[in-house]
Amino acid sequence: MVSMILSLQAAVVKRRGKSILGPVDLDLTEAQFTIVLGPNGSGKTTLLRVLHGVERLSRGALTLPRSQTDARQKQAYVFQSPIMLRRSVRANLAYPLKLLGRPKHEIEPLVQHWARRIGLEGALERHAPRLSGGEKQKLALARALIREPEVLFLDEPCANLDGRSTREIEALLSEAHTQGTRIIMTTHDMGQARRLAREVVFLLGGRVHEQGPSAAFFDAPKTAAAVAFLNGEIVE
Amino acid sequence: MTDIWAGLEAAFWLIITLDGDLVEITARSLQVSLSALVIASCLALPFGTWLAIRRFRYRRTAIAVLNALMGLPPVVVGLIVYLMLSRSGPFGVFGLLFTPTAMIIAQVIIITPLIASITHQAMRELWAEYHDLLISLNTSKRQRIATLIWDGRRALLTAALAGFGRAIGEVGAIMIVGGNIDHATRVLTTAIALETGKGDFALALGLGFVLIALALAVNIVIHSLSRTEQEGRW
Repeated sequence: MVSMILSLQAAVVKRRGKSILGPVDLDLTEAQFTIVLGPNGSGKTTLLRVLHGVERLSRGALTLPRSQTDARQKQAYVFQSPIMLRRSVRANLAYPLKLLGRPKHEIEPLVQHWARRIGLEGALERHAPRLSGGEKQKLALARALIREPEVLFLDEPCANLDGRSTREIEALLSEAHTQGTRIIMTTHDMGQARRLAREVVFLLGGRVHEQGPSAAFFDAPKTAAAVAFLNGEIVE
Repeated sequence: MTDIWAGLEAAFWLIITLDGDLVEITARSLQVSLSALVIASCLALPFGTWLAIRRFRYRRTAIAVLNALMGLPPVVVGLIVYLMLSRSGPFGVFGLLFTPTAMIIAQVIIITPLIASITHQAMRELWAEYHDLLISLNTSKRQRIATLIWDGRRALLTAALAGFGRAIGEVGAIMIVGGNIDHATRVLTTAIALETGKGDFALALGLGFVLIALALAVNIVIHSLSRTEQEGRW
């Protein structure tokens, strides 16, 4: 039996009276790699923020398998523009573990391990805000994965990155997914979506237009809007 | 011009000969101002940071009041503290009037809003930068404040130094609550006021130069200890 990890019921987000998401009904089950697709302004980022609980719903409900606080402890979020603490690379990696109250002797090996994984083992004392864009994004991803989250949200993690950095990030994501992390990610990169997705949620105008296995979505989309979107046409 | 040269000469000889009175009032100036700075920082840094991250109904009003309090007239503060600490006042029983403690209390009241306001400005920007990350990491309010204070410590140091600058140069309030008593509550600024009143401009200027040098020295020492201008930050 596939268990549900996140569910939205009639979820609506409004800002200054204008609806920017919803109403959305969405069930996300375990063991998937979900890619959220849609044109600019379709509500992808808002959907991710709502699912993670950093954006409040104006109406509707978010159902989690445990309390919101407990659920968020098991989740991690990587933002489109990586947010670096004004500290060293080492301190950035250690920060989430310190929040969780992990002892020092456990933190340091994990920091070393993840610094090696992202190729920053020689830059542990560097000031993180001074890293390059690709290095920052990898550090943000490592800082998210170091907590061993059950659910990982990523908002266009490879936007504006070169091919090499994108490949490295995709490798980290694939490995995390293989090890059981549930991933929900937005992207504009169709190639990336085809490479990574097991499930696709297609948003249009703040609503879920299509949801299903990636193969079915890419090979036989059900709606005209999805066909147009996949053909690279401008859809609104 | 002659007075200025005479002042420089007086300052030079006061320092070279380690004049006993000068050492005593300089030490007292530092003791009072640094004590006030430590107490005010303990209050103002967390408060300014809390104000940056907390949303509540009258937040804008609170910020406006805080900013307005930066311009508190020291003489009025001195007068109010005097009335509070005088024999007939609510805290008269403690016998604090005309003591360094009274001077510290007055200075804390004067510099706390200044430090809190500068802290709030700096932390507001840092909070805007960190907001999503810290919310996403499920941090408690206490953890958010601690993170902002730690990562914004250089800006907070500037806030604290602004407070120290105001405290060390303050004369109106401490003259009222301290009384400028020789060997008890006399500090550099009140001594300068006294010597000016007596017409001894050379000595007053000499003390003034010592005061400026002291303020510069404290700033330089704190900056070097905290390595604010460390290479490679930008």
